[in-house]
Amino acid sequence: LILQVIGAAFDLTGAVQLTNRRMRMQATLTHDQQMPNPLGLTPIKFGLWLFLASEIMFFTGLLGSFIVLRIAQPEIFHEQASELSWPLAGFNTLVLIGSSFTMALGVARAQDGKPKEASSFLLFTLLLGLVFLGVKAFEYSHQFQHGIFPSSSLFFASYFTMTGCHGLHVIAGLIPMFRLFLKGRKGTLTAEGAELLGLYWHFVDLVWIFLFPLLYLL
Amino acid sequence: MDHPIEAHHQHPKYALIFGALLILTAVTVAISRVHLGLTGNWALAIGVALFKGSLVGLYFMHLKFEKKQLLWLLLIPVFYALALIIGLLPDLVFGA
Repeated sequence: LILQVIGAAFDLTGAVQLTNRRMRMQATLTHDQQMPNPLGLTPIKFGLWLFLASEIMFFTGLLGSFIVLRIAQPEIFHEQASELSWPLAGFNTLVLIGSSFTMALGVARAQDGKPKEASSFLLFTLLLGLVFLGVKAFEYSHQFQHGIFPSSSLFFASYFTMTGCHGLHVIAGLIPMFRLFLKGRKGTLTAEGAELLGLYWHFVDLVWIFLFPLLYLL
Repeated sequence: MDHPIEAHHQHPKYALIFGALLILTAVTVAISRVHLGLTGNWALAIGVALFKGSLVGLYFMHLKFEKKQLLWLLLIPVFYALALIIGLLPDLVFGA
């Protein structure tokens, strides 16, 4: 057994050495000859898309189960959905679409090598994100005052779960957005950094595009 | 210009996409005010949401300009979600 362990350890160190050597070799290669980029994307961007794929699974799973529950009790769900304020959510939809627009413009500026202009758009996007969260917080507090909680019903459990998870995603996006805004001020914002944040932010917008009609309108 | 990211100089017309998304949001609200029966309202609302989502994905997220295989990577989880819904439907549609 000891021999086996020692043998395995040797194999492992051999493998590590081999990987190290290969990495050193790649470091000396020119950019075009380096590791093939998966799907023509840089490895980090490919990683972000994989992360977004898992996020799609997460939100479509939530939406899918909500749709099934809703089909089971269409009248009850419709009645409880009408207790939500669709104008507020509609306003928030416009805010989030607007923030996606300013984000796209910011990424375009970063790609054009204008980090300072990009950071102004990031700041605008950040403010719109905060407006969205403010309206959402107002909605929640209004609901709590009227005795509406996740425990109130199946519909409201779904509503709080989905909008809550979405809201956390918005908060999670605002933190790196603030960092990249500061980087842009300093002129050190890279195009790739802006693109990665942009992809995530657009995804959060995309989720809301489905949540709005399914929760508030139908 | 040896980096692939800096390679594309022309950006999509984002203002156009933004305008379309605003109009489609109004359409979504308008649809919900008209009573077309449960199935009709649902089909239209989800249809418009899918269209809006595609606009965001294709233009804002640049999927239109990426390799097609990436789209498959993203559609697989959607198929899983569809399997989840369709798999549970028989009890709701045909059950007591």
